[in-house]
Amino acid sequence: MTSSARSTPYWFLHYGLLAFYVAFALFPLYWLLKVSITPNDLLYSEGIRLWPSRSSLAHYTFVLAHSDFPLFFKNSLIVSGSTAVTVTLIAALSGYAMSRFDFRGKMWLVGLMLITQMFPLVMLVAPIFKLFSPLGLTNSLTGLVVVYTAFNVPFATFLMQSFFDGIPKDLEEAAMIDGASRFRAFRQIILPLTLPGVAATLGFVFTAAWSELLFALMLVSKADASTFPVGLLSFVSKFSVDFGQMMAAGVLALIPACLFFLLIQRYLVQGLTAGAVKG
Amino acid sequence: MSTMPLYEDAADQQRAPLRRFRAGLEPYLYIAPSVILIATIMLVPLIIGLSYAFRDMQLINPFSGGFVGLEHFRNLWMDAAFWLAMKNTLVWTLASVALQFSLGLVLALLLNNPFPGRGIVQALVFLPWAVPTFLSGLNWAWLFNPVVGPLPHWMAALGILPAPENILSDPNVAIWGPIIANVWWGIPFFAITLLAALQSIPQDIYEAAAIDGAGSWRRFIDITLPFLAPTIAITVMLRTVWIANFADLIIVMTNGGPADQTQIVSSYIFTQAFRRLDFGYASAIAMVLLVLLMAYSFAIILMRQSLLRR
Amino acid sequence: MASIDIQGVGKSYGTVPVLHNVDLSIQDGEFVVLVGPSGCGKSTLLRMVAGLEGITRGDILIGGKVVNELAPKDRDIAMVFQSYALYPHMTVRDNMSYSLKLRGTPSERMSHVISAAASKLGLESFLDRKPRTLSGGQRQRVAMGRSIVRKPKAFLFDEPLSNLDARLREQMRVEIKKLHRELGTTSIYVTHDQVEAMTLADRIVAMNGGAVQQVGTPLDLYERPTNLFVASFIGSPAINILDGILRCDGENRHIILESEEQLPALARIQGRDGQAVKVGIRPEDVQVSIQNAGSRMGQVELVEPMGLGTILHIGTVHRTLKAFVLERADYPIGSNIAYSLPADRLHIFDARTGQRIAD
Repeated sequence: MTSSARSTPYWFLHYGLLAFYVAFALFPLYWLLKVSITPNDLLYSEGIRLWPSRSSLAHYTFVLAHSDFPLFFKNSLIVSGSTAVTVTLIAALSGYAMSRFDFRGKMWLVGLMLITQMFPLVMLVAPIFKLFSPLGLTNSLTGLVVVYTAFNVPFATFLMQSFFDGIPKDLEEAAMIDGASRFRAFRQIILPLTLPGVAATLGFVFTAAWSELLFALMLVSKADASTFPVGLLSFVSKFSVDFGQMMAAGVLALIPACLFFLLIQRYLVQGLTAGAVKG
Repeated sequence: MSTMPLYEDAADQQRAPLRRFRAGLEPYLYIAPSVILIATIMLVPLIIGLSYAFRDMQLINPFSGGFVGLEHFRNLWMDAAFWLAMKNTLVWTLASVALQFSLGLVLALLLNNPFPGRGIVQALVFLPWAVPTFLSGLNWAWLFNPVVGPLPHWMAALGILPAPENILSDPNVAIWGPIIANVWWGIPFFAITLLAALQSIPQDIYEAAAIDGAGSWRRFIDITLPFLAPTIAITVMLRTVWIANFADLIIVMTNGGPADQTQIVSSYIFTQAFRRLDFGYASAIAMVLLVLLMAYSFAIILMRQSLLRR
Repeated sequence: MASIDIQGVGKSYGTVPVLHNVDLSIQDGEFVVLVGPSGCGKSTLLRMVAGLEGITRGDILIGGKVVNELAPKDRDIAMVFQSYALYPHMTVRDNMSYSLKLRGTPSERMSHVISAAASKLGLESFLDRKPRTLSGGQRQRVAMGRSIVRKPKAFLFDEPLSNLDARLREQMRVEIKKLHRELGTTSIYVTHDQVEAMTLADRIVAMNGGAVQQVGTPLDLYERPTNLFVASFIGSPAINILDGILRCDGENRHIILESEEQLPALARIQGRDGQAVKVGIRPEDVQVSIQNAGSRMGQVELVEPMGLGTILHIGTVHRTLKAFVLERADYPIGSNIAYSLPADRLHIFDARTGQRIAD
């Protein structure tokens, strides 16, 4: 399997296929960008041109200056950021327990977490709304954070477990003999070594929370607590579907998620290599 | 902790069980936040939601809420739209998983060998995963629109379509629109997990096989696949379940139409709940879906166990 | 520093017993080596002393105090792991000072202790490096340094040298021995390598199948192995074992081997007439001569020169015997050779129980 043993035709095929994958992955994003910089009068007449004859940033200026979008963007950042941090903290604890302890009820916990992945979350909208409204958690960013955290904890736990599985038990045993309690060994020795895993989990949860629409729509009816996917939807209803502006907003919204993801995707592969998706 | 010591100092007997209890408690302290959160935000609402399946729950009807027994399930049995949705779910799930998996596997194999530029290529091809599903649905619907998107024209030029029309409005092929969008969005997940699994295969096994005279195809069949099999089983299971439940793209791109030809079970649940506001019926459908998916997952887990045992 | 007492300790995983009723008293300052094949329970026993494994039955006392339910951090012991278990994200200095920090040691005192330990182990120039930049031997030293800075009640070593190459292992063995002489701390050392066990131990505890086989000084175990397991586990090249029947004829004792040869044995051997026995003789106790034809003759089958001496494989009627000789005579393969098995060098065991027959 050494690369030097491979022939030239192989590398042609290799790069050819990869070029196809890159094109397939990026073309839709390119189209998003193209629509967002096409002036409204050319949107349909030059609809299928690869690059419009005139481009303008008018959609971006409008979105940034005259819409609620900056507010939605800020809300989304708050919600996704807090969700990512909370989930990672909670999942680090439970993932560590799954990796290191043998306790009664472990199989039940795995079963519980698997079941949470098996039904459409739509089902939970009405019950959660009923639970939340007396607590004042509807129409609030906190409510969204609570819901997103619960939804993401099961997968994040499996993810963190796989990272912990890759770290030798000897290390916290050494720390415990050095005089640390197990929890201190977890914080001072194990967690710092799992930073790639923590980064991967943060990124994974951030992107998931960033794109959630259903609960953002159902639990929040006021604009000042809306997140950006709901805001995107408002372009559809309020202004007779202004596609240019919507795509501009979409491009802006993509930026943080993509940046985050580009930073963490490497750790995702690294961390999973160590462990548990296979074990 | 079930075995008690045979002999122990009498004085110790009082302290020891307490210490033992505290030590036994430790794992539960670590999992407590997760369990409490999942139980209150997911399990309790799930049970409430499932109870709706046996009640008349219509938001527009203030007199609803009564117990109706199995009526929803009887209606479901005779609901042609539900059976169509079941069929569509099968097509949607199988096609999406098969395409995501095979394309993801090829991508993972391509990325597994070091080559100049691997880091940047990997980052770029994984990017669709970060795009909000709602936005990717909108974007793909746009791409399939012959007025503003290039795809119909390209497909017509390649002879795939007779004329540059919107496949999303053709009942016969409309479901492939969301499937393609789903494949685009989901390849990275498979590629990431399979790449991780590939990189954890010890390299010396390949070297031993090469010395034994195995060609690259044989090495793939005899070493790579068996090593990947447990990962494949678990990833395919998780993804099948997610995709079967994944209605966002369909709701955004076709809303189940034309003529219910792209309606899958989970989008049908959404429609029942939020367009017709019939939560009782929606919950009954969801319950059926949950049972089917649990049976499916159980079968896969059993299969994986036997694979691991071999 | 403290004594360690292990009293009737047993351990089971569910219904699977891994340790049976171990009794062992380790005196203050003693260096005890637990030796045995992998899976014999030696590491489990060590980890139970450390508090990393629960105790199913019995008591472990450190310094006369029962520690069964005490967390590892409260036992005041130090441990060197096979993998070294250095904290990869900390410098050598931080690795060594971690335990002191946890105990709230003042920083001047800490840096004093660290530099003393570092100079003792030759680590001064590595203090600010991360463990991954160090060689195996250097990591091993850091692991030792981490243990000695604390002045713990006891050192526990879990196969600390098995990841090193032969040369380094020999060197570190000497350093551990010197260190122990200097510090005099009670130590328990686990290994599967009988050379390490012989060279390091004040007392060896030979273990097999979760039970202690024999406890004694290295020479005790070598000279008077209590059973077949200890006889064949200790010593390299390994002891020769022959099958036979014990014959008692008044005060005379002899053994009839499978080959119907007669082997005279010492008169004080207990045993009864007709008892099936296994006879052990160490290769260096087999006497050979090429000059004179003796009563027992064999052919040289294989010669393994070791520098220090030579291992001869001698083919006889029913078996191959190993002999270790110091002289460097030329032994052509296939040549005839006379050998003898001196009665006072025989170890005689009951064939059924494997226990040594008293003499």
